[in-house]
Amino acid sequence: MSDTAIPTAMPKPIAGPVIWLRANLFANPLNAIMTVLVVWFLVMSLPALLDWLLLDAVFQADSVRECRAAGSGACWAFIGEKHRLILFGLYPYEEQWRPLLVVLLLIAMAGVSCLRRFWTKWLAPMWIATLVVVGILMWGGVLGLSYVENARWGGLPLTMILAFVAIAVAFPLGVLLALGRRSNLPAIRAICTIYIELVRGVPAVSLLFMASVMLPLLLPEGMNIDKLLRAQIALIVYASAYLAEVVRGGLQSLSKGQYEAADALGLTYWQKQRLIILPQALRITIPPLVNTLITVFKDTSLVVIIGLYDLMNAAKASFVDPAWRGSSIEAYVFVSLIYFAFCFFMSKYSQSIEKRLAQSQNR
Amino acid sequence: MATAVQQPSDEPMILLEKVNKWYGDFHVLTDIDLSVKRGERIVICGPSGSGKSTMIRCINRLEEHQAGRIVVDGVELTNDVRKVEAVRRDVGMVFQHFNLFPHLTVLQNLTLAPIWVRKTPKAEAEATAMKYLERVRIPEQAHKYPGQLSGGQQQRVAIARALCINPKVMLFDEPTSALDPEMVAEVLDVMIKLADESNVTMICVTHEMGFARSVADRVIFMDRGQIVEQNTPEEFFSHPQNERTKLFLSQILAH
Repeated sequence: MSDTAIPTAMPKPIAGPVIWLRANLFANPLNAIMTVLVVWFLVMSLPALLDWLLLDAVFQADSVRECRAAGSGACWAFIGEKHRLILFGLYPYEEQWRPLLVVLLLIAMAGVSCLRRFWTKWLAPMWIATLVVVGILMWGGVLGLSYVENARWGGLPLTMILAFVAIAVAFPLGVLLALGRRSNLPAIRAICTIYIELVRGVPAVSLLFMASVMLPLLLPEGMNIDKLLRAQIALIVYASAYLAEVVRGGLQSLSKGQYEAADALGLTYWQKQRLIILPQALRITIPPLVNTLITVFKDTSLVVIIGLYDLMNAAKASFVDPAWRGSSIEAYVFVSLIYFAFCFFMSKYSQSIEKRLAQSQNR
Repeated sequence: MATAVQQPSDEPMILLEKVNKWYGDFHVLTDIDLSVKRGERIVICGPSGSGKSTMIRCINRLEEHQAGRIVVDGVELTNDVRKVEAVRRDVGMVFQHFNLFPHLTVLQNLTLAPIWVRKTPKAEAEATAMKYLERVRIPEQAHKYPGQLSGGQQQRVAIARALCINPKVMLFDEPTSALDPEMVAEVLDVMIKLADESNVTMICVTHEMGFARSVADRVIFMDRGQIVEQNTPEEFFSHPQNERTKLFLSQILAH
């Protein structure tokens, strides 16, 4: 029999706004109720939010009292007045171009690091050079820059330095801990397991507190570690334990056959991990990894408990001024937007990596 | 054979003496004695759970034996990592489930061990890899990822990958059992061609009796962790001695 079947055309996609509405918003009774509720909520909240944020907001005023008299919305005049305190903390006012430069430099380097064509052997040296420049700008004391002790550092540059250094050190440390926890050597396995479980078992706040109060007690007499460094160490310790568990999840998801094939080819332990195991394990764990990195970035705000003026604490300090007392909402909205911008970027970037990896493997 | 002019040709390529292994209380290998000559082709068969895979996995120490001696090309396998690495450099292995590296292209899969283990320059390693891809008849797939290939193609890549380290011994652990039926032949063809064209020592765990007939110098039957019977393929298939061998052959040749 010859093939005489009439070729059936692919069904035409049915389109149109009414059909779209029915399919997506009113597909069934529950769906319709949800749609109505969401629309009602938006109608109730959006205009009020818009009024507060923009239409009734006050952009020019000399005190919070003037603000409140001029309009019922947000007092953005407060941000205009205090943004440098929030962004740079107690850093000497005339020298604040230096932390500004630090922020721009770190953002630029983070941006460059995201681009694949810069993933060369020069990236690590570039970061080290960047951190040296950051140190010179922040501390000064050389090249005609006045010396600024790090007790006066604050605001966004402090938050960024804490977060970037914590992530940069904790990530490799976390990978080593994850490998150690799966090691064949009982001593290494025990040490890594105890470290991870101890650190994960206590709140980050208590780690910071311990680093701040207990670490000096453990050190020999006369030796003193700077408060900022102690906070930085606590953040690294905390982040590395969480990252280790995320990475371990990825390691466990690989089949035994991958390890065996690498062994059978004669690769050494470190070659096997670096070339075969970690590239696959880290790829699988991108979503939880980025989740942890975002958490670490935001948890830098916990340094407030040991009295560092990071972005969040600087915001709190900004509305202590009697003339602007009562502007806490504006301050929090302002810093929230900054935090959000960073975290949203990380989230989007991880999505783009996932998409590209999915394409490259056709899987 | 004309190619039998090898240097210390009387020393066995692989020697197992009184090898024993337990998984917990389960005695998986019992007093295994086996001597494999250079260039010899051996097919191992037996019911599932008979210890045949475990035995060949002991030869490159993917599994550790607990008693007895295993010597590969004069190197005894012990806990010494350097000896294990030395043996693995000369022993290629093909797995039931291919175990290609999914994040690397076919070519990268093939050049990995030559570049990192044997320190071959990249260009030379790639030329060798292409040569072997041609031998397994899929040079056009070099820049694809394993996930884009069929099962049969993946297993042929896995064979090429094992050959790229220029091994003295090739171990095949049920290379066709995970394949769809229509792909078994293409993989067996490659293995037969390999046996014809090279003098590499081959040990193959398989139930493909046609392959055993045409390639093997010796067929070994294992059951319950022991070597029950071994013979030339002709004798093995036409005059099996042991009752268990007869039962096994009747089961797999029945249909």
